[in-house]
Amino acid sequence: MCNICYFLNHSFLISLHKMKRRKFVKNTVLGSMAALIGTEIVFGSSMLEGYKPLALQDPDPFKMFGLDNEMVVLNDKPWNIEAKAHLLDDKITPNKYMFIRNNGLIPENIDISKWTLTIEGESVSQKKTYTLNELKSKFKQYTYQLTLECGGNGRSEFDPPAKGNQWTVGAVSCAEWTGVRLRDVLEDVGIKSNAVYIGFHAADKHLSLDPNKEPISRGAPMEKALQDETLLAFSMNGEPIPLSHGYPLRLVAGGWPASVSGKWIHSISIRDKVHDGTKMTGTAYRVPCESVAPGTKVKDEDMCIIESMPVKSLITYPKSGAVIKEGKKLSIRGHAWAGELEVSKMEYSIDFGATWNQCPIESPANRLAWQHFSADISFPKKGYYEVWARATDSNGVAQPMLLPGWNPKGYLNNACHRIAIKVS
Amino acid sequence: MEDNSGHINFKDQVTSIYKFLLVFFTFLIISVLGFSIFLNEYYKEPIPENYTIVQEEVDEDLIENGIHVRTGFVDGEGLMEVVNNCTNCHSAMIVIQNRMTKERWIATIKWMQETQNLWDLGGNEEIIVNYLATNYAPTKKGRREGLTNIEWYELEE
Repeated sequence: MCNICYFLNHSFLISLHKMKRRKFVKNTVLGSMAALIGTEIVFGSSMLEGYKPLALQDPDPFKMFGLDNEMVVLNDKPWNIEAKAHLLDDKITPNKYMFIRNNGLIPENIDISKWTLTIEGESVSQKKTYTLNELKSKFKQYTYQLTLECGGNGRSEFDPPAKGNQWTVGAVSCAEWTGVRLRDVLEDVGIKSNAVYIGFHAADKHLSLDPNKEPISRGAPMEKALQDETLLAFSMNGEPIPLSHGYPLRLVAGGWPASVSGKWIHSISIRDKVHDGTKMTGTAYRVPCESVAPGTKVKDEDMCIIESMPVKSLITYPKSGAVIKEGKKLSIRGHAWAGELEVSKMEYSIDFGATWNQCPIESPANRLAWQHFSADISFPKKGYYEVWARATDSNGVAQPMLLPGWNPKGYLNNACHRIAIKVS
Repeated sequence: MEDNSGHINFKDQVTSIYKFLLVFFTFLIISVLGFSIFLNEYYKEPIPENYTIVQEEVDEDLIENGIHVRTGFVDGEGLMEVVNNCTNCHSAMIVIQNRMTKERWIATIKWMQETQNLWDLGGNEEIIVNYLATNYAPTKKGRREGLTNIEWYELEE
């Protein structure tokens, strides 16, 4: 009885304390917002408790997004966060190690009971709208492991430098996505034979807060849209998709630049031409149609849209910088992927590419999932080594050791990954 | 005797039931009140935690070791023009991680004016471009850089 009294009394005191503090903090927030904006916030006093003003963003992304504190924040407005190679050791990437790439501001106050997906555009027989429940109940659900890599992963290495977030190696993930096939939904809607491209529209907000601007509206040709693995996903790793990754509905198109996999989507346009939404045109997610010398200015009309990502691999164990005793073997492991293709060969080198040793590479869990490799390495004597990894795709194309073709926006860097090892 | 004691017992029973119910309902009311406050505080509005992190104490103009603390920009001529014009829509972090020549910084500003709602910078444009081209200029990296900043550690197997 007394324990309960104490408990009730205690929680009541906490409540009082919190109420006071909240009022105080709310007043301070409104006060400092007024100072920032240079004017009083009209109706500030009737602002809902718990409503977070758009102007303020929680400065602790690790807590807000549920990330491991070793993740690297490249940009906090908009949020852009990447992993390090050793954090990507899991076969299926958990949320805490998944890179976050945003072009705009993450939507707020999402009401899933009112969320709908509309299929529209020049090439639909008739416009059709589905609620989330209709999508989930009307169509068969599928689960795939899908590799999503940012088109600009590795941008930081280009010379001359390319503009944008300076991703190193960690803008890639392979999570397990569950949803319905876009193809099944499009068949239900009815698509005209002149359909060329899909383009998504989403709920994120432009940085300038201009409601007429979309931060990003990309898409893919019909052929990609109709693949088995192209999903309208509502779950990631068995749970509702985290807000930062597109809750409540995300288009997922593995093997292509991750920007094709639109987050927070509320409509898809079926176009009778190549979609011309934001970040489809100009230099965005495009590379020169014909290769150019580093630093060359390229006209917009000479730039071609990136489709499948190139072959690539990552050594995820051990973390670079390992010191081992002479005579000890080193076990390494990692993942390799090849866009639309499969990885057919995996090699490593401990002599800067002078000789290569083949090592086992597993088959993918499904098409477009990354594949796992491992090797046990012996070192001939003491010294400084680098372990380089090189994957070859099913067309016989391998990763380069040097940077691949320079392009104005620094896309598609699939140069070999390497780690430093000391044998002492 | 039986009747008498039965009568007394009945009265006592009513009193004790009355007392019991009084205590019970008082307890129930306190519990419901307390629990509803508890629920209200812990489940309805978890967001207020975020409100506490408002950087009010930080001096907005503080420079430490040549770095403008609030934004992370390098201190230099034109710093405040850059802070005031270039951190309204996006974070300073996207500027700081990029390296461009004067020509490309100008092209970037033009692109933001044409597509991203950046305003006319007027006389500040030259100050801003000079600041950026001086403090965030490209360096030669070559075709592949060596591994740097390696943190060595003993690997236990």
